[in-house]
Amino acid sequence: MTTLPNLLQRSYHESPDKTSIILQHAGQADKPLTYRDLIHGANRFALTYAREGIKPGEVVILILQHGEDLVYAFWGAILHGAIPSIMPFLTEKLAPEKYRADLSSLISITKPTTIVTYPEFEAEVRGALTEGDSVKNVILTDTIEAETEPNFETLQGLKSSPEAITVLQHSSGTTGLQKGVALSHRAVLNQLNAYSETLRIDPASDVIVSWLPLYHDMGFIACFLMPVLLRIPLVNMSPFDWVRAPYKLHQAVSQYKGTLTWLPNFAYNFCAHKIRERNLEGVDLSTWRAIINCSEPVHVESHDLFHGKFSAYGLKKSALQTCYAMAENVFAVTQSPLDGTPVVDVIDRETFMTQRLATSPVADSPSMQMTSSGHPLPNVKIRIVDEAFNDLPNRSVGEIAVQSDCMLTEYFNRPDATEAAIKDGWYLTGDYGYIAGGELYVSGRKKDLIIVGGKNVYPQDLESLASEVDGVHKGRVVAFGMYDEEEGTEEVVIIAEAESTIPSEQEAIADAIRKHVTKSSAIALRHVKVVDEKWILKTSSGKTARSANKEKFLKELGEV
Amino acid sequence: MTTEIITPIAKFIAEKILKQPSKVISADEPLISSGLIDSFSLMDLALFIEDTFGVRVEDTELNAETFDNLNQLAALISSRKS
Repeated sequence: MTTLPNLLQRSYHESPDKTSIILQHAGQADKPLTYRDLIHGANRFALTYAREGIKPGEVVILILQHGEDLVYAFWGAILHGAIPSIMPFLTEKLAPEKYRADLSSLISITKPTTIVTYPEFEAEVRGALTEGDSVKNVILTDTIEAETEPNFETLQGLKSSPEAITVLQHSSGTTGLQKGVALSHRAVLNQLNAYSETLRIDPASDVIVSWLPLYHDMGFIACFLMPVLLRIPLVNMSPFDWVRAPYKLHQAVSQYKGTLTWLPNFAYNFCAHKIRERNLEGVDLSTWRAIINCSEPVHVESHDLFHGKFSAYGLKKSALQTCYAMAENVFAVTQSPLDGTPVVDVIDRETFMTQRLATSPVADSPSMQMTSSGHPLPNVKIRIVDEAFNDLPNRSVGEIAVQSDCMLTEYFNRPDATEAAIKDGWYLTGDYGYIAGGELYVSGRKKDLIIVGGKNVYPQDLESLASEVDGVHKGRVVAFGMYDEEEGTEEVVIIAEAESTIPSEQEAIADAIRKHVTKSSAIALRHVKVVDEKWILKTSSGKTARSANKEKFLKELGEV
Repeated sequence: MTTEIITPIAKFIAEKILKQPSKVISADEPLISSGLIDSFSLMDLALFIEDTFGVRVEDTELNAETFDNLNQLAALISSRKS
């Protein structure tokens, strides 16, 4: 069994001149990094971590934007045997005080000894530190050691055990306790071996093109760890650049003969609606063999939209694929077979809703389409279980449980959360689904969770934020997601009861809710409805019934 | 001149981006640095400007340093129209 630093060392000796990552920045020339560049850059950080007295096994939090520093700081931590974890950078959408509070909360649980950031951002980071917390070093990117030939004899990471934790992935909760998913070398490498086999990866011809952020499992594992460790060239652009110019993904695929990309569902709609023909002149998408839809519920209509728009540029229908993945399994659990298009299962809506069974459609009654997430990876087992953890038959909807040789070691410093999530060696995903024909269909979620543009949001977090706004009845707020066909993702609706019944005052409250919730959660709200007292439905026990309120909201929308 | 530019843009932002048709956006109200316009909507704004005024705003200009309110945006558009 090998480790991540072993693989880096091997790449350094066997293919130093091979291109590992091509970094793209809007308005700048592309920057290719060979394995030699990558490991020399990483070595500078590893030497810096050693200079600062950071010991292997300590957690290093990286607060850096897309670019060379982030790449080197990350792989430097791996070479040093420290545990890197990439955090999102502060954006305009989020209030700085909220960002600091999230960071403080993360520090109190994960107990990192070190934070790496830019000199310009040092004050922000220091603002999140408290007397007596775990952070001993704030390393700034202008204090990094000079470039030298790496000495693999002294690099501490080469002594790591395959069972040691190598990286932490933090879940993207908006508030409350953050969970750091701790992954061992063995788990990461088992996932990459199984997944690359399923995808029939050929490092000589495959090229991954990605705009995904590295603090999320899809970008981090499939579009960063996998390409670098398996020597698949990676073209990496910033999410900030992509969102302003989505055609750059297509141009990069064409220019570099890209073959593989991962996208959340909304991105298919976003590209189809917003890319103009003039930005696609001469673009050839015929090399794109898999564009894998993951991290949000998959809608087959989004694939159709995307294919309809880009087939004229050589895009193959068979490139549109699906995957079901989670950080707790490192990444992929299932993958649709790459030689066809994902199976669409048409089922009877009524039986599905009332009996939780996915059965054949009945003539004259409404049906619904479910898109397959494919087969389990060769190293993954799936069960569909009821509340009592009994197996359910095919086509019965239950909770998806996963077991594999690439599961998380634990939620870092959270034995309570680890114990709650793993039962008899099975990870309980909290997702509902069913199996038919050996393929997994994911149908919903156990807990209320809204996924907006690939980002998970808990409605209770948004409700408590909205409750903080003046004029809102405390606790009389409901938040839920509503699928928007045009956008291809869920949009957030918040309904709040106001003390005032005057329309202009209610409008001012709606404005204040938008501002406060967006600034505190970085989630844009599409509908904010301020209503009179007693609008919101509660259950007999006084809990807010989200689905009943959603129905009421939709009914009122329809009547207008 | 400036009003001719600002009015349709303000209307577009309120109706299409914020989905609050009655919202009044003042000419000096911060749009990007305040988070009012979500990054996912910046492209919509650029496409609207192109279709309405025949002026291109490049993706590298979709940031608060280039323009952050309607006055600044109108000035940018006017300078390119002439």
